[in-house]
Amino acid sequence: MIDFELSEHDRQVLGQIRAEALVCRRYARHYDENEHEFPPDELEEAGDFPTLLETLRGRSESDTPMAVMSALIAAGQSWGDYAVRMRRGRGALGNAALRAAGTPEQQERWGHLTLAMAITEPGCGSDPSQLKTSAVLDGDEWVINGEKIFVTTGCRAEGVVLWATIDRSAGRAGIKSFLVEKGTPGFAVAYKEKKLGIRADDTAAYVFQDCRVPRGNLLGGDESVPRESSGGFRGVMKTFNMTRPLVAAIGLGMAEAALDLTREALEQAGVEIAYGGGTHGQSAAAERFVRLEALYEAALLTVLRAAWLAGEGEPNNLESSVCKAKAGAAVREITQGCIELLGPMAVSRDHLLEKWFRDVRITDIYEGTGEIQRLIIARSLLDYTRDELR
Amino acid sequence: MISFGLSEEQELVRATLREFARDAMRPIARECDEESKIPEEFLAQAWQLGLVSTQIPEAWGGGGEPRSPVTHALLLEELAFGDAALALAALAPAGFAHAILDQGSEEQRRRLLPAFCESSPHSAALAVNEPGPGFDPRRPRTQARRRGDRYCLTGRKCLVPLAERASHFLVLASCEGALEAFVVARDAAGLALSPPEKSLGLRGLPTRSLELTEIELAVEDRLGGAAGADVQRLLDRSRAALAAVMVGLSRAVLEYAAPYAKERRAFGEAIAQKQAIAFGLADMHIETEASRWLAWKAASQLEAGAKATRAAHLAHRYAAGQCMRIADQGLQVLGGHGFIREHPVEMWYRGARTLGVLEGMVSV
Repeated sequence: MIDFELSEHDRQVLGQIRAEALVCRRYARHYDENEHEFPPDELEEAGDFPTLLETLRGRSESDTPMAVMSALIAAGQSWGDYAVRMRRGRGALGNAALRAAGTPEQQERWGHLTLAMAITEPGCGSDPSQLKTSAVLDGDEWVINGEKIFVTTGCRAEGVVLWATIDRSAGRAGIKSFLVEKGTPGFAVAYKEKKLGIRADDTAAYVFQDCRVPRGNLLGGDESVPRESSGGFRGVMKTFNMTRPLVAAIGLGMAEAALDLTREALEQAGVEIAYGGGTHGQSAAAERFVRLEALYEAALLTVLRAAWLAGEGEPNNLESSVCKAKAGAAVREITQGCIELLGPMAVSRDHLLEKWFRDVRITDIYEGTGEIQRLIIARSLLDYTRDELR
Repeated sequence: MISFGLSEEQELVRATLREFARDAMRPIARECDEESKIPEEFLAQAWQLGLVSTQIPEAWGGGGEPRSPVTHALLLEELAFGDAALALAALAPAGFAHAILDQGSEEQRRRLLPAFCESSPHSAALAVNEPGPGFDPRRPRTQARRRGDRYCLTGRKCLVPLAERASHFLVLASCEGALEAFVVARDAAGLALSPPEKSLGLRGLPTRSLELTEIELAVEDRLGGAAGADVQRLLDRSRAALAAVMVGLSRAVLEYAAPYAKERRAFGEAIAQKQAIAFGLADMHIETEASRWLAWKAASQLEAGAKATRAAHLAHRYAAGQCMRIADQGLQVLGGHGFIREHPVEMWYRGARTLGVLEGMVSV
């Protein structure tokens, strides 16, 4: 049945997330201004809070499906701060890839590690078929050479899921995922990136120089390179159907924080924001604010839709791109608009609004830019292959 | 519990109305627009669907099914996908009937609802919109002055759907600073109907202006009788409904423009193969979806009995903005052909601009 009300238990869970988020927020400015520092694994106050598992205990059939709750929790956490969390949960994007593409043995072996994901290279981002990092089989080992940049959580991670080609001439079909643990000879973290936003979340550059890993480190174990199809590449890309709604939700959590601060400041300034009437009775500021709010709601609902489909076991390839594209654009417009609404006070680093404005900008870039999402959406709508719509 | 799942019954309603939109609405939509007319036969066909009578209690001859704003939002989208003007015509009487059903006094329900259970179409309409700039539905310029236990109603309403055939109107008016609604009979002394209005869009929907001059009304004519009614909720219902209508129109544009773009060739390939066009179509899809979920959310809050003023406001404003953008973009995809009346897109373009400024008309 179509329903948008949270259950009592859902509200309790999100209330707990909110309480923790408020604590994280106290540290947000510090780790933004001190990019070289890593937030601790556990904040001082964390001891008093239940684990996420404890928070979620007692869920029943009448509660919102976990896939949808995950998106709301992600948004609720980033409402506090993008990267300073109460407990550093094990797991990054590479863990999602391992779950999606790894064999049961591989999941058993590496599932306990925090795994980053390394795709982008200095010369290619949105088009991974052009990547140059190579893996060559030598006896029972793969020899990896190449450079990776923009590796989210790359410093903190204990290992990485890496995209490399085993056959350059095969294009996308030649691309395979490899698992490389930190400490493997020939694998080095070259440097930590300095960024516009999300500074508390480290972003690394990697170098692989004759880095040898066992043959069994190829994720999924399939070494074949089919000539007529994209091989396992499409399967790997499916990882993103799960993670795109989450990164969209993370961006929206920050946009919501920006809206909350802006509403409060506007109301303090005597701007009345009313619903139910025409647009004429509102001040221009109130009308603008309501538009931004509608944009936030609209984007959040596309996220919940994509997550809900995943929870139902339905395909959500199209919907996860829809929500990523929508949220990516929405969070930019919302934070830009909030600053415009509040004027000079909003650019002061005394408030977090300027930080959210910087932090959300990544939403429309990582895990597939808005343009890539639109390509995916358009191909799906028009029933085009990637060769028909390039 | 958050869910986007349709019930089996809702799936069925949707499928049935999709067929109806395709077979009974699309073929006549252009002619209705050109001639600013609506065929009796269409109104009778739409009436046969039982969209108005199903939720009226059995005691008065109706189907006695529970009111479901969500199901109503689903069916509005489907009908508007067929044609927005015809959809509003088919469901304008339901707008009035819902208001009486949800908020009327016992006496009003007994008096006014049985007519909607007859086998031939019965009309009554919400009279919400007003001429003059700066219209705010919460603060109508139409005034109801209280004189003891009677009211005296004066003002002007415009864009009242199917007014010439309506038995009654539900007129929104300001009364001592509050928003009220009054049932006014078509033959009330002091009520004059304008000739048919000529509008930018939705021409297939016949509308009139009402001139209300010192119409004498009793407490029984006030929605809810002596107890009164929550008229804001009536506006919320109509906003959620109009949002759903705009989603239907948006989808119509997208589903017309996309195949056109695949067929139309330029510089050796289909124009849909160019990112400039393809990305526009992707955006049309994204915004149609986003608008739909907002309409569902507002309808679902209404169904739960919760206050839905904010959700309905956001859905209505958002869908209005996007529907206009989508129609605009769709017309651009067709290029010069979008400007020619041989294609429906110019009609949808006018319809989108018209719908976005309306209030009232229908409800969920």
